[in-house]
Amino acid sequence: MSELSILGQRRPKVNSWAHLTGQAKYADDIVLPRMLYGRLLRSTQAHARIKKVDVSRALAHPGVVAVVTGADMPEKMGIMPSTQDETALAVDKVRYVGEPVAAVAALDEDTAFEALSLIRVEYEPLEPILSIEEALAREDVKVHEDSKRGNVFKEVHLSFGDLEAGFANADHTRDDWFFFEGNTHAPIESHSCVANGEANGNVTLWTCTQVPHYLHRELEKVLGVPRARIRVIATPNGGAFGGKSDPFAHEFAACLLALRTKRPVKFTLDREEVFYAHRGRHPVKMHLRTGVTKDGEITAVHFQSWLDGGAYASYGIATTYYTGALLTVTYRVPAYKFDGVRVYTNKPPCGPKRGHGTTQPRYAFEAQLDKIADDLGLDPLAYRHRILQPANSRTVNDLRITTMGLGECLERVGQRTDFSAKHRNLPPGKGIGVAGSAYISGAGLPIYWNEMPHSGATVKIDRGGGVTVYCGTAEIGQGSDNMLASITAEALGVMPEDVHVVSGDTSLAPVDLGSYSSRVTFMAGNAVKQAALKLRDQLAEVAAEQLGVPIEQILCAYRRYYDHEDPDKFMSFTDVAAAAEARFGTLSAAGWYKPPKGIGGTFKGAGVGPSPAYSYQACVAEVTVDRETGVLTVDRLVTAHDCGRALNPANVEGQIEGSAYMGYGEVIGEEQVFRGGLHKKPSLLDYKIPTSLDTPALEAIIVETVDAEGPYGGKEAGEGPLNPVIPAIANAVFDAIGVRFDETPITPEKILDALAKKKDRVGPTGLDGGRDPKASLRRLNASTKAREKKRDA
Amino acid sequence: MTKELLSLRVNGEPHTVAAEPHHTLLEVLREELQLTGTKHGCELGECGACTVLVDGVPILSCLTLPAQLGANAEITTVEGLANGGQLHPLQTAFAQEGAAQCGYCTPGMLMAAKALLDTNPRPSRAEIAHAISGNLCRCTGYTAIYEAVEKAAKAR
Repeated sequence: MSELSILGQRRPKVNSWAHLTGQAKYADDIVLPRMLYGRLLRSTQAHARIKKVDVSRALAHPGVVAVVTGADMPEKMGIMPSTQDETALAVDKVRYVGEPVAAVAALDEDTAFEALSLIRVEYEPLEPILSIEEALAREDVKVHEDSKRGNVFKEVHLSFGDLEAGFANADHTRDDWFFFEGNTHAPIESHSCVANGEANGNVTLWTCTQVPHYLHRELEKVLGVPRARIRVIATPNGGAFGGKSDPFAHEFAACLLALRTKRPVKFTLDREEVFYAHRGRHPVKMHLRTGVTKDGEITAVHFQSWLDGGAYASYGIATTYYTGALLTVTYRVPAYKFDGVRVYTNKPPCGPKRGHGTTQPRYAFEAQLDKIADDLGLDPLAYRHRILQPANSRTVNDLRITTMGLGECLERVGQRTDFSAKHRNLPPGKGIGVAGSAYISGAGLPIYWNEMPHSGATVKIDRGGGVTVYCGTAEIGQGSDNMLASITAEALGVMPEDVHVVSGDTSLAPVDLGSYSSRVTFMAGNAVKQAALKLRDQLAEVAAEQLGVPIEQILCAYRRYYDHEDPDKFMSFTDVAAAAEARFGTLSAAGWYKPPKGIGGTFKGAGVGPSPAYSYQACVAEVTVDRETGVLTVDRLVTAHDCGRALNPANVEGQIEGSAYMGYGEVIGEEQVFRGGLHKKPSLLDYKIPTSLDTPALEAIIVETVDAEGPYGGKEAGEGPLNPVIPAIANAVFDAIGVRFDETPITPEKILDALAKKKDRVGPTGLDGGRDPKASLRRLNASTKAREKKRDA
Repeated sequence: MTKELLSLRVNGEPHTVAAEPHHTLLEVLREELQLTGTKHGCELGECGACTVLVDGVPILSCLTLPAQLGANAEITTVEGLANGGQLHPLQTAFAQEGAAQCGYCTPGMLMAAKALLDTNPRPSRAEIAHAISGNLCRCTGYTAIYEAVEKAAKAR
């Protein structure tokens, strides 16, 4: 193959035009004849037994067509088959404020909303568990009765290499505690779905999900309807970031109500409900011990994490492993021990948010490396560059590394910002910081154990020069539809706009596991490439014959099959396709992808961490801290990202910038926090995501390593670039004011407090933060009682 | 509630619809006129996804009742941005720069940007940032949006 004709170029996404003209159909834009409107009744209690749910008054309300409760769908479900602890609607217990309890379908949304207030739920309140420490200590209160120790959901202990010898050989050992606050995805589109109950008992669900295939499986289980009778269509997601990758109450409720009424039923969550649906970043407390020689070579790392999982499992088992799995892929670590614990608390369930489980430990590790560099008098950028894990190697925890561009990422951000000249040399209040990181290009294993492909695609050629690609991927704004069209076009020698994409439809498209773990470009890209190349071979054979040229000389691009020694000898794509169809019959081919064996270890827990390729990134942050107001201004974020090959550089830059933006929000102030079980900020006024005026100048640098196994060399770009941003900012704040922020977010209050008290560090000092987690609950109860007393008086 | 008849001019076309008087302009546009290009993100005036133009001025349709508008108010939504078959320079520039990722904030963002360019044909980056500061985008980090607005300004 010679140069690429489509890939590597800045081209508009094929689905952009629909977005830009209002023609894109998101789930909430779907309106069907006779459609009913659904609403969920949500728990007002953080932890309570459900004594009784009485829906009779709601059912009798004019305009209400049907009501369902937990008793209608008691089957356990959850995204991970090994830890299914949820029901579609709460059955005998509620475990967080906002947990769905009942669902109403009515002729219009106002009526559905009114009907909610007519449902009587009798609760027997239980004491809520609200912190990691409480969850570990309390044997007498269980969020889930089957927790063996306290409220522990999962405990992981892994050890690799000779840890004792590693620490014994260290000239310098650091012990540091960190806390990463929880936060949420806040996509601009709230969750929405429409289910249509058909006369033959089938149901079709249009929903903004990242995982149509996994949802399909859970619908079968909960509804008791064979998958053959259920069709899931993933609508374009108006942002997802991991927050639409669990099966949700509204999806089950819509399907059940549609099946019962034989009518379409729509559910669209309001903004407050999105904060309860959550599945966002886990709050994680961490302890990190790292030993180094006097020149900084790492001799051993012991990492411990405690994750506040909220009320249900979600992806928590994977999240727990992910906090430990990827610390080894960036720098040489000869001995490594990881202990992880995830607990249940009475808060909305945490799950995967961009960077899934790796963001928190990466923050801790990169902040600690900055301290180590400081302790040893090393330039933190040059230091990192000196201890890189080599390309084409295996880590101590048996992860296979192929292409590895972290070194170039560090060089590029260093050059762009003049890092080493500025570091420790800026005026007071100004600072610069650096961090590196890595991420997977897709999880090496599927969520349920099977030997089938992770991604399948079919490509067919029609008689007018058009091509259609079918693939189960979900378009969540990351550009997967455009990726499918572009790779198909490249392989077949047509233009992306000639390719019609059918994605995310369980009835039409082969299975793709979904848009999570940054797997789609690598896995679906390889699947569609394989399918398209099968057809290209048929077309090339016919073209060679008709042009009288050896097949090795046939190339295709720009809708032509041509002799590369004499490009004037060519056939049009339409003509060659017609000749090929006459020769071979209908032009359709399937391709698939499954990660190779042997990319990870064989120990228990080895399933999380392996990936066919890792992306790498580095970030430099430049900040200004106002010592009067405590306001931290991030002046500039320069992020370099090794994406293998940039299949569309404009889209890759968009992912780098968007990731940097989201990481910036997490460090500057976003927090999903609670007061006595009540969400403190369930609105976009209170949960502040950065506006255009808040967002720093973002610069994206693409680093290419052309991965041999990636589709045309590509790796992931959607998640990794978030990870280095947070520690880079924390390290820059230290450079500016000499205070280590070992907890997020870094708010003006914390900065002012640290400066006033002349602290050199802000963060936890142990597992017990010293704060009484129930104090706010007591205050809340007291004020509620006082208010009620006043009202009754 | 009883529906009442309501006359509106949207994208240059007159419409008469029956709508609940307490329903917002956003609801009327989406549900009565099927102009679903205008998005709802919060329905509380927090996110800007529902931005439309009324007589050229960007407003939040989720906080506006149709009855508040004058009889001759000219409402422009994303569906009315293109001039017949001719895309608006902002639409072309957004596509070229990758300024729409998930596309959900995009209709509101386009309307805010159009209002800016109509009154300030050569805005500085700070002026663009100010003009779209009421429109939250969760995907792009705004950089590509600035570049697209600047490109559209040059193209006009």
